[in-house]
Amino acid sequence: MENGAWNWNDREIRRYLGMGAGGEEAPEPVRALIEACKEELMSAASPKAVWREFSLTWRGDGWLDFGCFQTRSRDLSRNLRDCTQAVLFAATLGAQVDRLLGRYGKLDVSRAVVLQAAAASMLETFCDQENERLKAAYAQKGLYLRPRFSPGYGDFPLTCQRPIAAALDLNRRLGVTLTESFLMAPSKSVTAVIGASPIPGNCRIQGCEACKKTDCLYRRETISSGDPSSAGIHPAQE
Amino acid sequence: MKRYTEKPAILQELEERILICDGGMGSLLQAAGLKPGELPGTWNVTHPETLVEIHQAYLEAGADIVTTNTFGVDGLKYRRSGAGRGTGYKSAAEEESEGGPFCLEPVIQAAVRNAREAIRRSGKRAYVALDLGPTGKLLKPLGDLGFEDAVSLYKEVIAIGVREGVDLVLIETMSDSYETKAAVLAAKETCSLPVFVTMTFDESGKLLTGGTPASAAAMLEGLGVDVLGINCGLGPAQMREILTDLLAVSSTPVMVNPNAGLPRSEGGQTVYDIDAEEFARIMEDIVDMGARIVGGCCGTTPEHIRKTAERCAGKTPVPVTRKGRTVIASFAQAVEIGREPVLIGERINPTGKSRFKQALRDHDLEYILREGVAQQEHGAHVLDVNVGLPEIDEPAMLEEVVRELQSILDLPLQLDTSDPAAMERALRICNGKPLINSVNGKEESMRTIFPLVQKYGGVVVALCLDEQGIPETAEGRVAIARKIYERAAEYGIGPEDILIDALCLTVSSDSKGALTTLETLRQVRDELGGKTILGVSNISFGLPQREIINGAFFTMALQNGLNVAIINPNSEVMMRAYHSFRALMDLDAQCGDYIRLYGGQKAAGAGAGAGGAAGAGGAAVSGGGGIPGSSGTAAFGGASGGGAAAGAGTGPALPTETDPASRLSAGVERGLREQAAEAARELLKTREPLELINGAMIPALDRVGKGFEKGTLFLPQLLMSAEAARAAFDVIKEHMAAGGQQQEKKGTVILATVKGDIHDIGKNIVKVLMENYGYEILDLGKDVPPEQIVETALERQVKLVGLSALMTTTVPSMEETIRQLRREAPWAKVMVGGAVLTQEYADSMGADCYCRDAMASVNYAEQVFAGDGGFRKA
Repeated sequence: MENGAWNWNDREIRRYLGMGAGGEEAPEPVRALIEACKEELMSAASPKAVWREFSLTWRGDGWLDFGCFQTRSRDLSRNLRDCTQAVLFAATLGAQVDRLLGRYGKLDVSRAVVLQAAAASMLETFCDQENERLKAAYAQKGLYLRPRFSPGYGDFPLTCQRPIAAALDLNRRLGVTLTESFLMAPSKSVTAVIGASPIPGNCRIQGCEACKKTDCLYRRETISSGDPSSAGIHPAQE
Repeated sequence: MKRYTEKPAILQELEERILICDGGMGSLLQAAGLKPGELPGTWNVTHPETLVEIHQAYLEAGADIVTTNTFGVDGLKYRRSGAGRGTGYKSAAEEESEGGPFCLEPVIQAAVRNAREAIRRSGKRAYVALDLGPTGKLLKPLGDLGFEDAVSLYKEVIAIGVREGVDLVLIETMSDSYETKAAVLAAKETCSLPVFVTMTFDESGKLLTGGTPASAAAMLEGLGVDVLGINCGLGPAQMREILTDLLAVSSTPVMVNPNAGLPRSEGGQTVYDIDAEEFARIMEDIVDMGARIVGGCCGTTPEHIRKTAERCAGKTPVPVTRKGRTVIASFAQAVEIGREPVLIGERINPTGKSRFKQALRDHDLEYILREGVAQQEHGAHVLDVNVGLPEIDEPAMLEEVVRELQSILDLPLQLDTSDPAAMERALRICNGKPLINSVNGKEESMRTIFPLVQKYGGVVVALCLDEQGIPETAEGRVAIARKIYERAAEYGIGPEDILIDALCLTVSSDSKGALTTLETLRQVRDELGGKTILGVSNISFGLPQREIINGAFFTMALQNGLNVAIINPNSEVMMRAYHSFRALMDLDAQCGDYIRLYGGQKAAGAGAGAGGAAGAGGAAVSGGGGIPGSSGTAAFGGASGGGAAAGAGTGPALPTETDPASRLSAGVERGLREQAAEAARELLKTREPLELINGAMIPALDRVGKGFEKGTLFLPQLLMSAEAARAAFDVIKEHMAAGGQQQEKKGTVILATVKGDIHDIGKNIVKVLMENYGYEILDLGKDVPPEQIVETALERQVKLVGLSALMTTTVPSMEETIRQLRREAPWAKVMVGGAVLTQEYADSMGADCYCRDAMASVNYAEQVFAGDGGFRKA
């Protein structure tokens, strides 16, 4: 990507590294490695995003109908409460980041671990930025956007990746593909549903908090209800 | 390349006039009622009349080529329509098509018939192109589709299309060179129809998987496609720059099918920023620039094509010229062989290297990959790959090493083997256009190698020897070169795809040897206008201080026209010769690279200088977008001056660490790779390897491990220590290999990421730690089927299997693996780990141990193998 400032979230990178979400700095050798990985990502990543709006129909009995697919999910239903439309959203950092991860995974695993954390955080920040733009655009239409909610969060089936990928033409537009087990390749990619509602309000059920694994090393400890854009992803979701 | 006994009509017509291709299909189908998520190919069967009408509209607008509605139609999506059922969602298409399964064959048959029917109705003469797009899968190792599986998927579709009588195969919207190669091979192996390929570049001029117009063209021309070009992704205006790049390198007719401009969303509808008139105006420019076939992609309509045809169809085409460029390429970058000398790193070769031979026997690919990375960092433009060793399966090994190298490096490769079977396997899966080493003037050799070059593409190294041996004179060698050029031409291989190896015999046995070689180089350049290559170091064989002679001879050879040198780029002497030559021959503007490299150095100092050489100077490398950061800034600890400090810890050794044993343990503890390696090297002069391991390294690793368990140290630090230890182990291994010894292993452990999961970072972490504790790791990789794990456990009687899964969706596959292991290899203990696992999960699957983190796996292994011997007992 173009050189220039990138708003890194160091706390999140440390959290992904299992160093807790506290405010303290990483010890020196790790800090230096984090900085080196950030620099490397700045040249390797080519962040791209796409989205498309679909009208949302509540079919009853927990079924949600997005026009291009239907699904049944309690957690997603809660996330989309009062929504009339849904934006299907996807973003990726591109294939080069995966190549670097593969390279370091084989030859320099400490760097791979830090790079992976920094890349996960970069993708998150990028999604947040894109979200902010969407939010502003929808605000003009009098609609309020809900936090991103991805397949695999809570009981939102991961299999929904398939129709979302098709609806957004992800292969052609972002070079993002799905594996047989519905994982994305390149791995540093995200798909999500973003609800749009005429009623303001925030849903506190986001990525990390919707997860049933409460003893996770990476679990976000606090959630500020005033900052809906901080929806995190589990690092395992990459 | 000569492929046809009689040139197909479309190619003849293409020589005479501009051809018009049709335009977009998807948006027209949507307008006709295709639902989002519905598979467009199904309409071939359900709405044939709509398809015929669309094709007919394009034909009447002026299209000479109609493309079948088969984009994305393949065996992955079309075996059965119910693919999505029972998976937690229902697609709109499924709602519609309940009870009506769509199989591949009728969908393709209908597609071709619809196109033919439209041509019949239009009364025009036109061609039917079988349209093929991406499979929607990334190929391994980035994704989960095997290369040969991709070839088979394409073959299936092409075979049906050919039976139905299409006129050509159009492979389009490709954004990955590897998948493109699979599709082209499938076409060539299924039919003899013309093959057209267009690829999709983004606004930065790159393919989505990396790669440039130059690298893509090199590979496609090597594969012998009939037309290459650009489609989708961008509007015509944005394609002009990419087209310029493509036309500059292509000796093949170029095709351009842009989108109807750049898209934006307006009230839920996609609209484009230019209209049909503007589109056509730019398309006219594009024809003036040199495109020979023009049409449209997403968002274009018969109106776009009509206006384009009106402006372009009658134009006099710009002739397609032979560029005569000698070029090789990786997936990411093209390297042109010409004015700039090109350096091939020679280190991936077991000849005379006991440690390398050991690595091949041990299947230690990491060692080989590190050799590759180090050479890139020292400035190699190309890597030679030779893994020939009598006791190993060379074809399998060469294929595997090529796969691995191209997954982590963006340099083109030189495939170096005397075994034609190994050569073919490597050529097949090579993601780019490689150097092929080698052919020679013997009939047998040419008969074997040229067909491979013809089929897969590549620049072939031609040795100046034949049935009579190596001629002693330059004239004799040049005569063989001439013969090779002539025979190659019969296979359609042009002189630009041949590098003459002037052959270099050791000067110690023949004092005129160097003169003969130099004269041969000169004559090939001046009299044949050919390109040359030389294994430079051979000259000094049998002499002391070989580098002295090598460096001098290298400069002389360059002066006599040598284009490509196979050298050791880690040799400072050779790199100095190279950089000096460039500065002196006006190849280094204002001596910029030279000053950058040597400006800060003390005179004649050895060491760091070459470290930063990567990215400096260098052959005409276009692109370089492959693995950003891999040249110059990449930080593989230990290898280069460039970034090692960032990888390891920082800070100098403490003043108290003066004795090497303390330096070794401190180096390991603080993750300082170079310090650990250097201290180990020093200690080995006087001590036994086991003393180092048990006395310094293991205790240091234990201290770090304890710190990690207590939470005073974090994962990155644990791993930095592990890597410092492995740097020291590498030194020990080298020492032992040189003395003919082998390291004793504590036990053998299988590690694998389970089927369906393509994340391997967790497994790699465990691997690096366990190796340091003396375990032999059988790393089966990621996405590993249960059967393979069981088979390995049986074959090697493995006592411990470590399984990793990062996603909840792949946990069932872990469970299945455990089930199979229990049945077939009941003695094997199973430990499991991964972000989504818990103790309860592990228990419910029947695993023997849940490893919350990487240290836990080491601790469990120590339990399992307790009493089996190993370092500590020594």
